[in-house]
Amino acid sequence: MSAIPTVPHPKERRIIFGNLSKPGYAPDIETYLANGGYESLRKAVTMKPAEVVDMVKAANLRGRGGAGFPTGVKWGFIKYDDGKDHYLVVNGDESEPGTFKDRYILHQDPHQLVEGVLISAFALNIKLAYIYIRCEFPQAAKIVWNAIKEAKAKGLVGKNILGAGFDCDIYVHQGAAAYICGEETSMLESLEGKRPYPRIKPPYFPAVLGLYMKPTVVNNVETICHIVHILRLGPEEYTKMGTPGDGGTRTMCVSGDVMRPGAYELPAGAVTLGELIFDVCGGLKPGRTLKAVIPGGSSAKVLRADEKIRMKEKQADGTMADKEVSILDLRMDAATLGAAGTMVGSGGVMIMDDTRNMVWALNNLNQFYAHESCGQCTPCREGSLWMSKMTTRMLAGDGVANDPATLKNVADNIAGRTVCAFGEACSWPTQSFLAKFPEEFETVARGEVPVEAKI
Amino acid sequence: MTTEVTTRQADQLPDSLIAEIEEAITHYPVSKRSASLPLLHLWQNHFGFVDDTGIQWIATKLELNPINILELVTFYPWFRQDAPGKTVIRVCRTLACALAGSHDLHESLCKAANIDHEAALHHHGGALPTSPDGKFSIEFVECLASCGTAPVLLVNDDLHENVRPEGAADLVKQYDR
Repeated sequence: MSAIPTVPHPKERRIIFGNLSKPGYAPDIETYLANGGYESLRKAVTMKPAEVVDMVKAANLRGRGGAGFPTGVKWGFIKYDDGKDHYLVVNGDESEPGTFKDRYILHQDPHQLVEGVLISAFALNIKLAYIYIRCEFPQAAKIVWNAIKEAKAKGLVGKNILGAGFDCDIYVHQGAAAYICGEETSMLESLEGKRPYPRIKPPYFPAVLGLYMKPTVVNNVETICHIVHILRLGPEEYTKMGTPGDGGTRTMCVSGDVMRPGAYELPAGAVTLGELIFDVCGGLKPGRTLKAVIPGGSSAKVLRADEKIRMKEKQADGTMADKEVSILDLRMDAATLGAAGTMVGSGGVMIMDDTRNMVWALNNLNQFYAHESCGQCTPCREGSLWMSKMTTRMLAGDGVANDPATLKNVADNIAGRTVCAFGEACSWPTQSFLAKFPEEFETVARGEVPVEAKI
Repeated sequence: MTTEVTTRQADQLPDSLIAEIEEAITHYPVSKRSASLPLLHLWQNHFGFVDDTGIQWIATKLELNPINILELVTFYPWFRQDAPGKTVIRVCRTLACALAGSHDLHESLCKAANIDHEAALHHHGGALPTSPDGKFSIEFVECLASCGTAPVLLVNDDLHENVRPEGAADLVKQYDR
C-alpha cells in the first residue's frame, strides 16, 4: 500500500516520485534502466567533478532532512584533492514524526538513490558510501541492498565504474530504532559502532571531521535523489521549479485530520498551506474546522488556525511593508515558513481539527522526545522527561495553576544548552503549543480536563 | 550470568549465521567495530534476543570489550536481552497514529493476544509484555514513518497500515501459529 495517490494532483510535479508512481513500476534495475535510469550518471562522468558540484550549487537545492542546509554549500566544504579518504553517508533514518517520504523511495525506487550516491561519489572523490536505513524498514534494507548488488553486476558499483576510472563501494547499514541517529554526528558514531551520542561542535560539519574522522558528506535520501534530476534537467530547468532560495520540488507528507493524507510532490512554494489542506488533501473531515498545523515534522513550531502572522512584503516601489497574513496563505517553502517563525523542515505536515486537545497533542510529542533523548546532555535528558511527566500529570487531572509557566521554564532551559539540535527539537513543541494555545493549558492546569484530552 | 549452561546462544551458532557474520564484517573495511550493529541484528534475527554469551562472542569477534557491545544493546530500543513471544507486534504510538486511534488499537490487540493491556501500556525495559502461551509480544513504539496510512504497526517484519481496532482479532489470528 502506498500513501502516494495513483493520479497526481494537478499542482504536483513528480520527479522524485516520478518512476514509482508509474503503474507496475518495480524496484529492479531493468525497470529502472528502461525508464532512463543511470543516464544522469553517464552524463556526470563526462564532466569534471567540480562541474557537477557547480551544478548542484546552481540548483539551489536545500537538504530535505529537516535543517534545510544548502546542499551545494555543504558539498563545497569537501576539497577534492586533499589526499584524504572521503565518505558519503546517506541519511535514511527517517524518524521525524510526520515524515514518510523516504520510505517510498527506499522501497519502490532504490536505484534512483543508488544513482544519486554514485554521482555524488564521482563529484566528491568518495570511494566508500553507506546508506543508513532505520531498522523499522526491514524490507527497505533488503531492497536497497539488492539494488546495490544489481548495480554492481552491471559495473555501476565497485571498480572503474562505467570505465570512467572511478571506484565506489556502497553498503547498507541498519539502525536500531533510535531517533537520535538521524542527527548527523550521532549517525556517524552509530556507524562507527559506538553509542550514538551526537558529537560536540565545532567542527560543525562532518565535511571537516566525519566518519572515522575523515571528510564526510551526510545527506538525506531525498536530497541525494534530487542530484539525479539536477543532472538530468540541468540547474536552469530545475530551478524553474521552486523559489529563488529553494530549488526543485519538495515532497510533502500530510497526516492527521484531512480527507486524503498522503505524500505529495510539489514545487517548493507552489501551494499555500490552505491549498495543500483544502485542495490537494481534500479538506477536513465533514463538519470539522481547522485548529492547528505542525508544518515541518514534529519539531517544527505549531501554527494556530486563527493566528495572523506579521510578515514583510515587498511593495511595488521596492520598499518593504508589514502585512498580516493568515496561516492558510503561507507558501510552503523554506523562506516563508522560516519568516513565519516555524520551518518547512522535513516536509511532515500534521493537521489537527477542532476535536483535538492541544495539551493531549503536546503530551504525545513530549512522550516521544522523553523516550528518544539520548541522555548525553543533562538539560535535555532531564528536561524532556520532566515536560512529559508534567503534561501527563495535567491530563490525569492533577494539574496546578503554575504548570504552564513551569513547562515554559523547563523548555526555555533546554534549547541552546545541548550538544545537538535535539534540545531545540524537544523544546519548540512545548514553547509553541504554550504560546499559541495558552487557554487550553490554563484550563487543563485547573484540573478541568476535557473529555477528548483524557488518556 | 543468569543464563543456564544448556541455553548458551554462543554454543548454538549455525554455520550459515557465521557465514553471514563474516560477510557483514567485510562491509566495514576501515573499522571492524562498525560491524557491531549488523552483528547484533544478525544475532537477534536468529535467536530472538541477545544473551550474555552473544555479547561476549560478538565482542571477541570484533576485538572489543564486552561493554562496547553491551552499551549498544542497552541503548538501542530494538535489541532485547530477554526472549520475546514468537510474533512481535510493534504498534506506533506517535502523534499521527495517536490521532488515528492507535491507543484503541493497542488495547484491542492486547485483548486479542491475551496480553495485560495496563502492563503493556506502562512497560519500560525488561522482557516484553507477552501472552501466556508465548505466541505474542506487544510493544508500543515511536513513529514508524508511515503517518499517511495511520494507524500502522509492524508484525515481525511486515507493515500493516490503516488498521482499525475491529481488525485486531483477525490480525492476531493471521499470525497465530
